[in-house]
Amino acid sequence: MTQTFDQTFDKDIAEKAQAIIARYPQSRSALLPMLHLVQSVQGYVSQDGIRFCAAQLDLSEAEVSAVATFYTMYKRRPCGEHLVSVCTNTLCAALGGDAIYATLKDHLKVGHEETAGEPGEPGSITLEHAECLAACDLGPVLQVNYEFYDNQTPEKALELVKALQEGEKPAPTRGAPLTDFKQAELQLAGFFEGRDADLDGPSAAEETLRGATIAAERGWTAPSTPDNAEFPPLPEKK
Amino acid sequence: MVSPLTPVLTKRWTEPRSWTIETYERTDGYTALRKALTAHPDQLIQQCKDSGLRGRGGAGFPTGMKWGFIPQGDGKPHYLVINADEGEPGTCKDIPLMMADPHSLIEGVIITSYAIRANFAAIYVRGEVLHCIRRLNAAVKEAYAKGYLGKDILGSGFDLDVVIHAGAGAYICGEETALLDSLEGKRGQPRLKPPFPATAGLYAAPTVVNNVETIASVPFIVNGGADWFREMGRERSPGPKIFSLSGHVTNPGQYEAPMGTTLRELLDMAGGMKDGIPIKFWTPGGSSTPLFTAEHLDVPLDFEGCAEAGSMLGTTALQIFNETVSVPWAVMKWTEFYKHESCGKCTPCREGTYWLVQILQRMVRGEGTAGDIDTLLDVCDNILGRSFCALGDGAVSPITSGIKYFKDEFLALCDQNSKALAGASA
Amino acid sequence: MTIAPDKTTDKSTEIVVPEGHVKLVIDGLEVVAPKGELLIRTAERLGIVIPRFCDHPLLDPAGACRQCLVEVEMGGRPMPKPQASCTMTVADGMVVKTQLTSPVADKAQAGVMELLLINHPLDCPICDKGGECPLQNQALAHGRSDSRFHEHKRTFPKPISISTQVLLDRERCVLCQRCTRFSAQIAGDPFIELLERGSQQQIGVAKDKPFQSYFSGNTIQICPVGALTSAAYRFRARPFDLVSTPSVCEQCSSGCAERTDWRRGKVQRKLAGDDPEVNEEWICDKGRFAFRYATADDRFTRPMVRDAESGELRESSWTEALQIAAAGLAETRDANGVGVLTGGRLTVEDAYAYSKFARIALRTNDIDFRARPHSAEELDFLTSSVVGTNPDNGVTFKGIEAAPAALLVAFEPEEEAPIVFLRLRKAARNKKTKVFHLGQFTTPAVEKTFGTLLACVPGGEAAALHGLPEHASDVVDELSKPGAVILVGERAAEIPGAFTAVVKLAERTGAKVAWIPRRAGERGALAVGATPNLLPGGRLVTDAAARTEVERTWGVEEGVISAKPGRDTTGILTALVAGELDGLVVGGVDPFDLPDPELAEKALSKASFIVSLELRPSAVTAHANVVLPIAPAVEKSGSYLNWEGRHRVFGTTLEGTGALPDCRVLDTLAVEMDADLFTQTPAASAADLARLGDNVSAAAAPNVPAPLLSPPKAGQAVLATWRRLIDNGSLQDGEPHLAGTARPVVAKVSEATAGHLGIELGGEITVSTARGSVTLPVEADDLPDGVVWVPANSGDVTVRRNLAAGHGSVVSVSGGKA
Repeated sequence: MTQTFDQTFDKDIAEKAQAIIARYPQSRSALLPMLHLVQSVQGYVSQDGIRFCAAQLDLSEAEVSAVATFYTMYKRRPCGEHLVSVCTNTLCAALGGDAIYATLKDHLKVGHEETAGEPGEPGSITLEHAECLAACDLGPVLQVNYEFYDNQTPEKALELVKALQEGEKPAPTRGAPLTDFKQAELQLAGFFEGRDADLDGPSAAEETLRGATIAAERGWTAPSTPDNAEFPPLPEKK
Repeated sequence: MVSPLTPVLTKRWTEPRSWTIETYERTDGYTALRKALTAHPDQLIQQCKDSGLRGRGGAGFPTGMKWGFIPQGDGKPHYLVINADEGEPGTCKDIPLMMADPHSLIEGVIITSYAIRANFAAIYVRGEVLHCIRRLNAAVKEAYAKGYLGKDILGSGFDLDVVIHAGAGAYICGEETALLDSLEGKRGQPRLKPPFPATAGLYAAPTVVNNVETIASVPFIVNGGADWFREMGRERSPGPKIFSLSGHVTNPGQYEAPMGTTLRELLDMAGGMKDGIPIKFWTPGGSSTPLFTAEHLDVPLDFEGCAEAGSMLGTTALQIFNETVSVPWAVMKWTEFYKHESCGKCTPCREGTYWLVQILQRMVRGEGTAGDIDTLLDVCDNILGRSFCALGDGAVSPITSGIKYFKDEFLALCDQNSKALAGASA
Repeated sequence: MTIAPDKTTDKSTEIVVPEGHVKLVIDGLEVVAPKGELLIRTAERLGIVIPRFCDHPLLDPAGACRQCLVEVEMGGRPMPKPQASCTMTVADGMVVKTQLTSPVADKAQAGVMELLLINHPLDCPICDKGGECPLQNQALAHGRSDSRFHEHKRTFPKPISISTQVLLDRERCVLCQRCTRFSAQIAGDPFIELLERGSQQQIGVAKDKPFQSYFSGNTIQICPVGALTSAAYRFRARPFDLVSTPSVCEQCSSGCAERTDWRRGKVQRKLAGDDPEVNEEWICDKGRFAFRYATADDRFTRPMVRDAESGELRESSWTEALQIAAAGLAETRDANGVGVLTGGRLTVEDAYAYSKFARIALRTNDIDFRARPHSAEELDFLTSSVVGTNPDNGVTFKGIEAAPAALLVAFEPEEEAPIVFLRLRKAARNKKTKVFHLGQFTTPAVEKTFGTLLACVPGGEAAALHGLPEHASDVVDELSKPGAVILVGERAAEIPGAFTAVVKLAERTGAKVAWIPRRAGERGALAVGATPNLLPGGRLVTDAAARTEVERTWGVEEGVISAKPGRDTTGILTALVAGELDGLVVGGVDPFDLPDPELAEKALSKASFIVSLELRPSAVTAHANVVLPIAPAVEKSGSYLNWEGRHRVFGTTLEGTGALPDCRVLDTLAVEMDADLFTQTPAASAADLARLGDNVSAAAAPNVPAPLLSPPKAGQAVLATWRRLIDNGSLQDGEPHLAGTARPVVAKVSEATAGHLGIELGGEITVSTARGSVTLPVEADDLPDGVVWVPANSGDVTVRRNLAAGHGSVVSVSGGKA
């Protein structure tokens, strides 16, 4: 089934694009979120998606292509239902990240940014190795649709991916209940309507709270603040 | 005597539903804003200067001075941009902060915007941390609903709009001018300086770009005062700092301690090295800061202490590696990262990282020669200080410091090779 | 500005630093430089060349290649890192050490050079750039003799076409971004961009969106390596086998400086010359690529005469042809007379020969260079406001750049005078010149000059100008600022009252007016009196003293020059049809460019004797009694007078081809008719013209009221039309690569008009007159209602030929095919 350009990027998407533009003092700032929006529609940035952004922002398609190809989160080919990103930067790799990636690669029989299964179909998975995901204290980490699965091992990761392939959606360690890649991209474009419950997804791992917890246990605190700290006098104009 | 740990920024994190405005307000949230709005903006800039607060994003530039660079009465719009593009390998402090306590950042944003006379602020968050973006968005919405954002904030006449902007996967966007280009919808490549953002930043208007941890500190300084802030840390590097311990330690995690705390002290709190395997090397502030070794456990972790010991404080991202980890391998992995993240704009970084990776991969495969070490160092010399921005400098840090402290390991790889070659020819 | 250090004195105190300048030291030499100057330029003025790839003086600094690193000391403290001299500006007390005096700078540069070469292919022997390649030169001069790079080079499929005329080899690219910066900054065509990131970063275009820019060839020229090459020039020559001759572009009225590179009597390519006053370092693609017309297979090489028996043209000797021509012209002159149509492509020297030939050999003022729609009002305007203006007293390229505001009337700069467009864009981009376009829709040029469209119905321009004070007083205010300019295009000749209104507006505001015709020879032809009312130097034929002055200088009897103003182009054609003229001399006129090609065809059929001076066959050839071959621009010397009134002198590029310039042919022909032109060579012609000099007669300004326009009837629309830069023009013949970058042939209407006329947007429309019709695709644009725009001479759409209509004509419009 092929859709026309206008069916793919319909009125709702065009309205969302305009809503993104309205957030900024200058329209071009909307390009990055708009490319996320495009991915929420098609699961990747297609040529039509580039055309759509160019038209919305009055840019040339070359200008949009220049941006779309610069950032790793914009995918060139349709993504699976889920995007699995394994951190293989040095620290996670040393703790097992490389082994996790190798295990998933073997299991899914795909390489970097390749998809096991028919892209977009239930259970299809795009695998990638990722750079540092800013969760080093919880390494090795991986993400599914940019939700965190912390303290992974090859076995845990394999179990997770198998579950995803079977249509299950295991909860992330930190993050909201799992949806799919396209819905995650819609949120990255700044559209969270109807998903308030996502906010209660866990965020504070033991590691996150480690220092604060130890301090509380041991009665360590920052110096107490004065009751009425005053502002310095207004500096004289130079 | 100040406690070994001084939870300020991390204190609220243990509260139930710490991210909500209810929790925030219950724990003194937005009291600093009310107080700040009674002050003249220039008093806030002065207070920030007095506090000695230095940027927590890596470079340590005095925050109050940065605010003071914004020309006032210039008739142009001013902007505040928060650099929440946390991506330096090992760095994992801003993301938990924004997830756990987004309002502290937003309150800091409002106060800072008021101080520099900005009416639009953007928080540029790396795209891969969706939960964080979600929490920030909700927090901004809550703040608008409560009148902390929008028109005539708390009846002060001050207006501010805040937008949460998701990046799209590019380490270079942590560089402030690349971030600004990216925020303008362009490729995230660094800009020429001058002009500096303070005169021509976002949309060519005066702009302050500050790190998350920096701005989240602002409400505490407003409430506690500059002197209180200076009770922690050291004279030129005052205040508390979130140290992120990761790797081969028993209890990795976020430890907020005064500036100048040593790794030995932190390791002690973290239960020591994992499984008792001794430490081999570590980064004081992410992979772009030259490696330290067991020799450096007592280096005071602040801007001066690290610099004197031949590295940098960076983002206080303490990645700790034990003796099981090969230095050439680790250096190769980091170099692969820099090659992947080099923006491509300038020759030394683009071509140099492309070359370095291949040499290192070959050496790790056991196909290196001693001459490769000289080539590595000379190529590093041709990148360091020759690149357009600091990414090139960061890229060579692991290599030069790795060879500096662990040259024998590199040579050992080459020995293997020469033996293999000798065997082959025999 | 620089006071070069005097080597015999060693006291720096003797150097005076003028206001706005600073003093610094480069490689031990003290130098004074204007504030804001980039170090790399200051050094260059001292004769110190710092190597560079990304730096280009006309592009915004990038600092990307890092080849130009130098050591800098400020306030006695060395900066910790070497600095890019292409981005750092001079400062007082700065001490700079380049590669000549600093081992650090030298090592930094050598390091960058090595890094630039690690991925560079070793295909110099087959690279078009080889021999003129900055990278090759730099590598040979300063590179390592061996390579330390033993790893895998980056490879890409090569080359890829990014347009029909530009090829991209990504392996050779050093990512200096000159091409992308040129396209984004100078041309305003951001269709070529950096793609990907890091070591995979590359230049490219969007999928299925080629690099369609009228200025794309400049990127080939400024590419410091062989990454961008020309499809037309690829593998044709080696730079060191080419002879380079400075030349002037014959394609439009800007008169761009060019360099023509040729080999074995054949032009291989044209490059932009460097002329800060005119084209800076840019030319348009037509000027660069369109030169093969001169070597077309059908070019005339021998004179031809019409065989009395067969009625066919046959080749003849020059002697025979000139005798027959002279006899025929003398006979027709002595009957009802001979008219002269010269076209707008002649050099000043050739046009002067026609002008003089008309006056003393044919004894007539029936001469007109305007091979296009024209009007008496236009002639009045040219006579009163244009002839005699020059860079000292009129509008110039630099004047445009400095202008606070520019109003463009019936002038589409990107299509008609592309280098004027570039200057307008530069002015608007850098100096914030306000640009107003009085036209019909928001053309690319309106957008790219950050301009304001003042939209009106075609033909309504005069009324719109008269209405400015009332309806757009801000425009009047802007034009009243000192230095403001009004630029009028040739299309104004089709709009009654337009020139009158322009002159009135100029009087009201004090803005200077420039007339910018399309063709290279029009200003020169006007200056030499190839018009019915003027003698050379702006002298009115009706001015007895002026006539006497000319007659004396020419050494002809008093009274030879007729006191009666002659006929204009249409007048000559009409007279031929009516039998009031018998003969015709035609120099390079395409009848299909004329206002009414059918009238031209009739006139040509009716004329009893026609002499055609031509390069290649045209619609005149079939009627000519004698065809005299003449030299193309590249095979002769001469000059053009550009729209500024600036003399653009050029020498012969291809010597000894035997082709004769018009002035020589006319000189010989005149001798056969017992008249002496003294135009045997372009130099002689120029000297003869110089003896006359300018003596511009005072003339009355045009005074034509703006007409009352009636709205088009049902099924009709008012036609807006102008010519595209790249179209069916005969000087573009033989260059398919260039033709591939022509803009699509499409009509434009407003959505409302489409609704009224029942036109399906995206479909086709048929535009017709009593004379014929054209069918072409149609799209919506912001035209006034009741207006349809079509390109004047593109593809199958030739408005004059098909419709005998023009700008402002009322045409019938219907959806679909006719």
